[in-house]
Amino acid sequence: MRHRRKMQDQPPLLHASGISKFFPGAVALDEVELKLYPGEVHALLGENGAGKSTLIKCLTGAYRRDGGVIRLAGEEVDPKSTADAQGLGIGTVYQEVNLLPNLTVAENLYMGRQPTRLGLVNRRAMNRAAAEVLEGYGLHIDPGEPLTSFSVAVQQVVAIARAVALSGKVLILDEPTASLDRDEVDLLFGVIRQLKERGLSIVFITHFLDQVFEISDRATVLRNGRVVGERLLAEVSQHDIITLMLGRQLEARVAEKKGGKPGELLLQVNDLAKRGMIEPFSLNLHRGEVVGLAGLLGSGRTETANLLFGAVQADQGKLLLEGRETRITNPREAIAHRFALCPEDRKTDGIVGDLSVRDNIILALQARQGWMRPIPRSKVNEIAEHYVKALDIRLASLDMPIRLLSGGNQQKALLARWLATEPEFLILDEPTRGIDVGAHAEIIALIERLRENGMALLVASSELEELVAYSTRVVVLRDRRQVRELTGDEITADNIVHAIADEQKGAA
Amino acid sequence: MATTTPSLLKRITPQLIILAVVLGLNLLVFPDFFDVSFRNGRIFGNLVDVFNRGAPVALLCIGMTLVIATKGIDLSVGAVMAIAGATAASLVTDGHGWGTALIGALATGALCGAWNGVLVAVLRIQPIVATLVLMVAGRGIAQLITEGTILTFNNEGLIRLGAGTVLGIPTPIVIWLALGTLATLAVRRTALGMLIEAIGVNEASSRLAGINSRVLLICVYLASGLCAALAGVIVAADIKGADANNAGLWLELDAILAVVIGGNSLLGGRFSIVASLIGALIIQSVNSVILLSGMPPEFNLVIKAILILAILVIQSPKIGHLIYMLRASGPESLPERARPSAAPKEDAP
Amino acid sequence: MIRSTHLPLMVTLATFVLAYALCASQYPAMLSTRVVANLLTDNAFLGIVAVGMTFVILSGGIDLSVGSVIAFTGVFLAVILRDTSIHPLAAFALVLALTTGFGAAMGATIHYLEMPPFIVTLAGMFLARGAAYVLSTDSVPITHEFYDTLQDIYYKAPGGGRFRLIGGLMLLTFIAGALIAHRTRFGQNVYALGGGAQTARLMGVPLASTTVGIYAISGGLAGLAGIVFSLYTSAGYSLATVGVELDAIAAVVIGGTLLSGGYGFVAGTFFGILIMGLIQTYIVFDGTLSSWWTKIVIGALLFAFILLQKGLTWATTTRRKRATGSAQPS
Repeated sequence: MRHRRKMQDQPPLLHASGISKFFPGAVALDEVELKLYPGEVHALLGENGAGKSTLIKCLTGAYRRDGGVIRLAGEEVDPKSTADAQGLGIGTVYQEVNLLPNLTVAENLYMGRQPTRLGLVNRRAMNRAAAEVLEGYGLHIDPGEPLTSFSVAVQQVVAIARAVALSGKVLILDEPTASLDRDEVDLLFGVIRQLKERGLSIVFITHFLDQVFEISDRATVLRNGRVVGERLLAEVSQHDIITLMLGRQLEARVAEKKGGKPGELLLQVNDLAKRGMIEPFSLNLHRGEVVGLAGLLGSGRTETANLLFGAVQADQGKLLLEGRETRITNPREAIAHRFALCPEDRKTDGIVGDLSVRDNIILALQARQGWMRPIPRSKVNEIAEHYVKALDIRLASLDMPIRLLSGGNQQKALLARWLATEPEFLILDEPTRGIDVGAHAEIIALIERLRENGMALLVASSELEELVAYSTRVVVLRDRRQVRELTGDEITADNIVHAIADEQKGAA
Repeated sequence: MATTTPSLLKRITPQLIILAVVLGLNLLVFPDFFDVSFRNGRIFGNLVDVFNRGAPVALLCIGMTLVIATKGIDLSVGAVMAIAGATAASLVTDGHGWGTALIGALATGALCGAWNGVLVAVLRIQPIVATLVLMVAGRGIAQLITEGTILTFNNEGLIRLGAGTVLGIPTPIVIWLALGTLATLAVRRTALGMLIEAIGVNEASSRLAGINSRVLLICVYLASGLCAALAGVIVAADIKGADANNAGLWLELDAILAVVIGGNSLLGGRFSIVASLIGALIIQSVNSVILLSGMPPEFNLVIKAILILAILVIQSPKIGHLIYMLRASGPESLPERARPSAAPKEDAP
Repeated sequence: MIRSTHLPLMVTLATFVLAYALCASQYPAMLSTRVVANLLTDNAFLGIVAVGMTFVILSGGIDLSVGSVIAFTGVFLAVILRDTSIHPLAAFALVLALTTGFGAAMGATIHYLEMPPFIVTLAGMFLARGAAYVLSTDSVPITHEFYDTLQDIYYKAPGGGRFRLIGGLMLLTFIAGALIAHRTRFGQNVYALGGGAQTARLMGVPLASTTVGIYAISGGLAGLAGIVFSLYTSAGYSLATVGVELDAIAAVVIGGTLLSGGYGFVAGTFFGILIMGLIQTYIVFDGTLSSWWTKIVIGALLFAFILLQKGLTWATTTRRKRATGSAQPS
């Protein structure tokens, strides 16, 4: 380490080194090192799939790690379950608050260690103790109320209070601010600062870089399962961190000239919005055009995609298809207008896991045709085999359940599902997430090919290099708002990073 | 998609083996079990009885299979049987023909099914809760129709549906075989089966792929109501009367068991109507073996319970997983447990 | 203090009070202690078994076996008292141990074999009913003098109502049930399990012992209900109490407990039982109404309460949706 600071004169409270984790066919973590000093807030950064959550799961015993050593206060530890980790002193609080919504605040706080008198739970004592504990965190609430009658921020604080009471050495906060508004974030940060004073080490995972700089002392950045840097935040800029996260060397690289010219106007989006989800969004999209949607996670990429596809209903704005106003209130109508959406979350919104690859490929086309008109088996096989070949989907048999395919092949099968409907407007949400390098390149080449064939595409991605490679225009989102549109020579990773990091500077 | 014959055979092999074993037991306790004779214009025999007596459960499990494939359950089918039987009986006693009575009964069944479907698909009530309402109230409604009595009738046409024959074969057998074939064709020759399975496996994905899950769910419960109504008419015709209290009593449980023994997961997804029908035959054969063994009839239920428990435990995902693990005896690759699914699927390499 | 989660309980209570007021305005005799005492006596066994069902449903499960267990208990007692000279109290202890063990075995099957409670308890239902058949297919009368002693214990209230032992036993069961559910760690674990098994596990709730305990309680209380039922009828009959599990489930739901688990009160079930008893009493008083109206009205009530709960959950989730992201209970 180049930076010397008083804190580092102390030994780290938690020192994980050489942590590795393999999944079938993939290395999720490759010799990762994480050092936590007492009384520091340590940000763990990286785009999705970088290995943050796998690392956390290895540290808290939710996963068995395949290699590496964890030392807590100098002693080697080996947590075998989250409860085990908790007992050792490592507590975790997740974004989707892991408390029971049907119980009261006090019951949640004291689950498993309720104060008893004569064998019975002493609710009065429990509520009193809970009120005291929460007041220590600046919360003046009635802990006898059900958890769900409070805001998520309050629920987070309750979860933190529980974790601290049970563990008390290391606290891991996994995206605690993802669904909080500014005031709530302030409340949470007050609590974090207080815990820092008490000497706890806090791991803070978030996608909001402003918050990282506001509250954290140090950051470890992961990319593709490896540590790409550890930085003292006082000494670096947001720009540096984004560069690390996205893995871009900031040489100015102009996008290659895209062959072919955009065709006629297909889609006009005028101020389409949904309250609390995405601010008014406007876009004109031509055939033979790929519009990239850039922005960090939580910037509104997925929300925009869902809005256009009717998976989420807009509450304001208009959508014009070939000049005619069109109302799309559900995916079925979108598909009827030859829209298609490959969703971000393959597992919950994309694949139908137990069904065969063949059924999965044919699903959308069949749904559009209606159940009365089954696609003949020979045609189904023809379509499925065509796409298996065209997209190079590797499988043992078309009859195998799609859940058994690798991520990349699942993604290609989903692409095949939508291509089979011969869409005019294809929305891809993180098409290359979590898939291997080979499939990655193939999907990018495919996007290129589809564009040349006159399809209109909207691709949301966190991979800048990729966006630069295939986009004819890039729309940058930040805080659920459209902040910048880049065209032609402007499309460089550098410009996108600037636009994401700071819209003012980016606009210059 | 249409299932090819070899894969269908592979799918129903465990059920066929169990059925063969139970039928073998029948043969063991009663050597003349497989004898079929032809007298007075109809076929007789113990095997025929198994098929005939199994008709109501077989009919119910056709609809139940579809419902369970969508991750649902229909507890109301027994009560719907009572309602449909009562409707048919009251129509013929009012002087209508048997055709009207049958259509009336089917219409009531469809109505009951639609009610369940709307609760599940539109109001988004948990299926077990939604269908409980009609299960509780249904027999009251049936008694309302029969006015509390066993409504007897002597309409020849209606009686023939339960006790008559077609080409020497008892009508109930013809009806359930025909409906089973029809339903299998309807779901496998059209895209219906695949769409139903898709909803059961992952409704969110299915909607995003453009499947109208709401309408499809209602249709599935409607089909279950129709099957129950037909079963109700057969049972009423068989005893020449509608008994609102006892018609179809606890048959919903037998039907669910038949579906589960048929290897269909209660968690929804891939289904096979044929396997469920074999499940229904297995249950009836178990009844038969107990009856024929000459064991005191009071042992029936205990033996049935133990046999069914054994079948279910063998098919339980945990045991299937255990067997799979023992066979593979490889190291555990993933810390998460595999998604529970029917045993036969787990066994496939 | 009144909290939002108490709303279904309040609605149940209000329904009961309203229904009782309505009945009493038509038939003032329904206010007599005689009617009240009978309401408790006649529903004693159902009430006791419904307490166990409340635990099962609070945890997100279901127990279809209870009706059969009651019948088995009755036959077992009748046969053992007829054929042996064992004291009824010893027989009670024996049968309670049996039924509790039976419940525990079902709970263990559900937890360790990961089989759905619906199917496991369905098999249990067949098994218990079958065991009752094996013991005897006829109705066996119980003529032990200790039974007479127990049956003669009552408190005669002014107005002629006789509050019998079994009614009192039901009240005690409800009080004990409420204490266990709301004031013990086990009870809290039951609620936790109903709120979400996965989260409960992460919070350190022992899933195995809780699940086994829940079904053991349900089995044991079904045994107790069987004892009460045998005191009530002075006989054991293997065809008795068919479908009682449905009545118990209905009482629990009408009592404001969510069938998907996690929300509800033992006290609510008490009023659910009373409401169902009241409907029957009213029909008896009326004399012209047919008995089937009971089922229809209970079905309608069930529907109304399910809609109410749906509405409440819907109201709270839409209010919190934006904030919590995806907080769908699975």
